[in-house]
Amino acid sequence: METWQLLEYAAWGVSALLGLFMVIDWLKTDTTYSEDVLTSSREGELEAMTEEHKI
Amino acid sequence: MANTDITSKEMDGMGPHGTVVGLLRVLGPAHVWALGVGIVLVGEYMGWNFAVGKGGAYAALIACWFAGILYTCVAMIDSEVTSTVAAAGGQYTQAKHIVGPLMAFNVGLYLTFAYTMLEAANAITAGYLISVVASMTGYAGELDQRPFIIMVIMFLAWLNYRGVLATLTFNLVITAIAFVAIIVLFLSTSGILGGGIMQHAALMEGHELPYGWIGVLAAMHFGLWYYLGIEGTTQAAEEVRSPARALPFGTLAGIMTLLIAATLTWYVCSGILPWEYLGDGVDGAVAPLFSAAQLSGSNALVWLLGIGTLFATLASANGCINDASRAWFAMGRDKYLPGWFGAVHPKYRTPYRSIIFLVPIALIFALGAPLDQVITFSILSGLLEYTFMPLNVILFRKKWPLNSIKRGYEHPFHPLPAIVLLCLCGITFFAVFLGYGTQLIAMIGFYIVVSLWFHFWRYRFVNRGTQFTMPWPKPQGY
Repeated sequence: METWQLLEYAAWGVSALLGLFMVIDWLKTDTTYSEDVLTSSREGELEAMTEEHKI
Repeated sequence: MANTDITSKEMDGMGPHGTVVGLLRVLGPAHVWALGVGIVLVGEYMGWNFAVGKGGAYAALIACWFAGILYTCVAMIDSEVTSTVAAAGGQYTQAKHIVGPLMAFNVGLYLTFAYTMLEAANAITAGYLISVVASMTGYAGELDQRPFIIMVIMFLAWLNYRGVLATLTFNLVITAIAFVAIIVLFLSTSGILGGGIMQHAALMEGHELPYGWIGVLAAMHFGLWYYLGIEGTTQAAEEVRSPARALPFGTLAGIMTLLIAATLTWYVCSGILPWEYLGDGVDGAVAPLFSAAQLSGSNALVWLLGIGTLFATLASANGCINDASRAWFAMGRDKYLPGWFGAVHPKYRTPYRSIIFLVPIALIFALGAPLDQVITFSILSGLLEYTFMPLNVILFRKKWPLNSIKRGYEHPFHPLPAIVLLCLCGITFFAVFLGYGTQLIAMIGFYIVVSLWFHFWRYRFVNRGTQFTMPWPKPQGY
């Protein structure tokens, strides 16, 4: 088998592993933390803190 | 699992608005530069040369500089507004605060489509480049490009998933190498180091403007390719340590880098390659800088520019994943899209659901759509976004004049850059209409349909009260 054919298989394998990593981690994260925590991000925190410091 | 328990009763959250898990502020001006230039530099390596095919080498140079003015206006306007509205989503967030929800929804979609399409186009290009390497190394068979296209998207999505600092540091390194490669090619072929091989006079004589001034107008469409994506620096706004300093610094340094890279690219390629070959990006010079390096006779330059081409492609795809996911995330956070997309990973502090959601979409376009259509959709979405910018900055200055809010950067000669940008956008729309009228009309039709959907259905779910979080004074006249 030629090197480039091996590289093709390696690329399929690496893609599958990386995809699997993301999906497993995603499911693990979603089941470990509550939705309120995960979606608690709000914009403008830095600006609001700067404002508070002035006060 | 996270190393620290972020749900602990002792921790009272990250910020006054109640953020428990937010994006990480770790980036500096160099990362902003790497994000902006990284997305764009692939346009110097390939794509811009279609402008030569439309109107000849001089037309491509005129387009290069006019598009340069357009993007300098974009960079200046963006620097002022984003250093003030420093939140993920970039122009989407600007539109939300300054214009209104419907504009914001549209701009958010422009951003997501422009970057996701560009990511797909880059992955297709990377697959093609790897097949070229295979044939150069003597592989006789037909290389299956699909596993390499998929690997590029999966690897970069994984990198983005794992954290923004590593993602943009990676971009900084590969973008810098790709930029240095252009400089080295220029120095080696122009006669500054060693013998020069430039033949501008001989190659252009009698072909100054082969299609006249209408060719110059048509070249504007691909003139955008030299700089398309520099406005992406704004998406890093919520992850930079000092938005007021890093965003203007990174963005303006980025546009200066690109003006230099674009001009050098034109000079080198038009001085080595005949315009008929250079202007044919399909059967002729697919990667013109690489073709120029091949004609230089130096193996070292061939390798350097080959690596530069691949790195520029990867940097662009990487930056696009970063930007598309931030825009999608910001829209989810405000409930312009399902709030589920507004989640941040508690350990990696990235918008992980948005990153994962956009992977299959990029794969569908990368594996199932023709490259030129994907690129055109990306350019058109970008162009709609640039048309929004001058209107946005005029309203911004009107509602919040210079003495009302402190800006990180104040762009000069207002409203001249806004007017110039609006005029150049009008010219470019006409240029696009000449070549891709059907796609332009189809895409505007698409945005009208989704606007109606947003207005009559989706808007009821939007966080109307909490979406405006900047501690600004009331706008003038309200």
